[in-house]
Amino acid sequence: MFSHPLRECSVGHTGCAHDDGMTATVPLAASAGADVATLRVIGKTVVAEDVMTLELAAPSGGRLRDWTPGSHIDLRLPNGMTRQYSLCGDRWDPTTYRVGVLREPAGHGGSAFVHDELSVGDVVGVAGPRNNFPLVPSDSYLFVAGGIGITPLLPMIAQADLLGADWRLLYGGRRRASMAFLDELEAYGDRVLIRPQDEHGLLDLAGYLGEPRPGVRIYACGPSPLLAAMEAGCAGWPAHTLRTERFVADETGAAVRTTPFEVELARTGATVTVTPDMTILDALGQVGVEVLTSCRRGVCGTCETTVLAGRPDHRDALLDDDERDTADFMYVCVSRCTTDRLVLDL
Amino acid sequence: MTATLDAALPTDPLPTDDVDPFSHEVLEDPLPMHAALREAGPLVHLTKYDLYAMARYGEVHAALVDWQQFQSAAGVGMSNFKKEKPWRPPSLLLEADPPRHDAPRRVLQKVLSPRSLRRLRDGWLADADALVDEVLATQDEFDAVPVLAEAFPLRVFPDAVGIGTDGRDKLLPYGDHAFNAFGPANDLVEKGAPRVAELSTWVNAQCARDALTDNGFGAQIWAASDRGDITPEQAPLVVRSLLTAGVDTTVHGISAVLYAMATNPDQWQRLRETPSLARVAFDEAVRWESPVQTFFRTATTDVRVGNHVVPEGHKILMFLASANRDPRRWTNPDAFDLSRDPSGHVGFGMGIHQCVGQHVARLEAEALMLALARRVRTLELAGPTRRHHNNTLRAWESIPLRVFLD
Repeated sequence: MFSHPLRECSVGHTGCAHDDGMTATVPLAASAGADVATLRVIGKTVVAEDVMTLELAAPSGGRLRDWTPGSHIDLRLPNGMTRQYSLCGDRWDPTTYRVGVLREPAGHGGSAFVHDELSVGDVVGVAGPRNNFPLVPSDSYLFVAGGIGITPLLPMIAQADLLGADWRLLYGGRRRASMAFLDELEAYGDRVLIRPQDEHGLLDLAGYLGEPRPGVRIYACGPSPLLAAMEAGCAGWPAHTLRTERFVADETGAAVRTTPFEVELARTGATVTVTPDMTILDALGQVGVEVLTSCRRGVCGTCETTVLAGRPDHRDALLDDDERDTADFMYVCVSRCTTDRLVLDL
Repeated sequence: MTATLDAALPTDPLPTDDVDPFSHEVLEDPLPMHAALREAGPLVHLTKYDLYAMARYGEVHAALVDWQQFQSAAGVGMSNFKKEKPWRPPSLLLEADPPRHDAPRRVLQKVLSPRSLRRLRDGWLADADALVDEVLATQDEFDAVPVLAEAFPLRVFPDAVGIGTDGRDKLLPYGDHAFNAFGPANDLVEKGAPRVAELSTWVNAQCARDALTDNGFGAQIWAASDRGDITPEQAPLVVRSLLTAGVDTTVHGISAVLYAMATNPDQWQRLRETPSLARVAFDEAVRWESPVQTFFRTATTDVRVGNHVVPEGHKILMFLASANRDPRRWTNPDAFDLSRDPSGHVGFGMGIHQCVGQHVARLEAEALMLALARRVRTLELAGPTRRHHNNTLRAWESIPLRVFLD
């Protein structure tokens, strides 16, 4: 959960509640891409003060795009806002995503919408999962979570434990009742240090980290002051020891459109309208323009298409966040457009 | 469709077949066996090896994407690594499951992504033009397998990886043996055995950091280990994956598209008229011929397939080639047809293990086909073709071609 919402959008979600009875076995109906880019809320649970989890599934109930610990998804909320949340469920469950959402009183309303308005049965647009915070191989990990920053670390911890790595978690929060997933962490026994500030004061990072030593990977996620302290505290450690993900303040981003847009094909000379219930790939097929694809889920990269004008709305699971501002190409099996018109080199 | 076993559901008698999919008779022409296995049902028991087999598109596709129930870490050949020692240290990609699979896959996927390959494109297009000019300057009849299908990947790929120039002739026999080793311990494996030590030693030596140039795929993999994205112990094994899986497969894929074009002159004309079909042509050839015919998985639990159950720990043989010609999925599947959309074929696999080098293979094939289309008006077989038998690969030993230039 770890909501590091980067974008806020002025228009509603673009997805369609696309459920054509397609089975997971033959996922090649025209809108396979739509089935992984538009998910339904199937569970909503309060897990701590001001923290809820959402469970999401494909309308068809089929497999979602695979993910790795540290990944996040973009949620295109029905109120038009886009927010990013870390996946904190079980990757061995191929049909469900879980995210945790902290209510942010100082935000622009994305988290408040999730808490107060979003209901089981609602449909949300989804981009990703993408991973800027991957768990790299090591025999030894130190995890540090501040508040809602626990979310990306949960699946990392499960994985480190599964692999038999030596690991510890230091988990701080304002007070015990505000700290999510304490029940799930209990199973790990004394590998986990729960340190609510009202009981223990500020986190003793120096005591927890100990002397710099090689071979350890340190993962930290939480508010900026915690990460700044971690960076200072790890200054004497070997390079590439510390990996962090920052909780980004709720801020305004580009609009995502829910209305039809035009795709102009520069080489073919055709123009086609893409309605909210179809992918660009579907629309291209209607005018007889074939783009070679493979997965049709935004994971393999085969359908990369050059964009000559317009602004793609990247919904794939390939591009890192720092690549997503790129407007010169896109994966047309799942990605869309934020502008009225998109010109493709087709 | 696969699902976790529900004990309440009835199971049907499992169809059986005593065929040996790795016999020379089948390797020469596997299509009749594929058709028989597809018709037999969604799951078939192959009695000769006590194996479960899938030959229909739906089941093969579902098993490929379902890494939770169909694992790779017990080996993707017939041998079960939990019971038998592998002939070499297992691949960190092909023969691994999440979570161990994650980091090597992430690193290699980045190195071989369409974005990273953009810097190679112009050079490879020029290399293909140069090779085709060299070939056509002296001959209008030649064996397309060594002259084009082997020559072009060997010209560009080892340089892209960054290995030295000595010993590159070992790449094809090493790959050939690696792909034979996924099958049973038959005569094809025996044939390769005498050179295993020599070839493995050479390949492993190429994976070392100081054996690689400082700007190729290999160096980028080592750089990832400097950042801690993979460990220094993993880096040479990731490089090894490139050298094992990146040569023979592409060679046979290019052979496949050349043979397809030589025997379907109308499709060659289509490509000539619309060169942008080069990528579609290659993927259609990969569907039609399936250079990688088969891979195995191992059931992590009792897995229901149709109205049958694969018991936990048992091997499943997935016939990618048969799925790629399943009439349940493809219209007129035996036709090589550029008007078809071959998207979704499983010739590169599917899911988290889908061929990480597929964009490299497409770029190589596209470059060569564009170069040929520019100069060759028609091409035809100039004599009898000859198959090369391999337990996993569908390959040509010889494709004599005659070309007519503009």
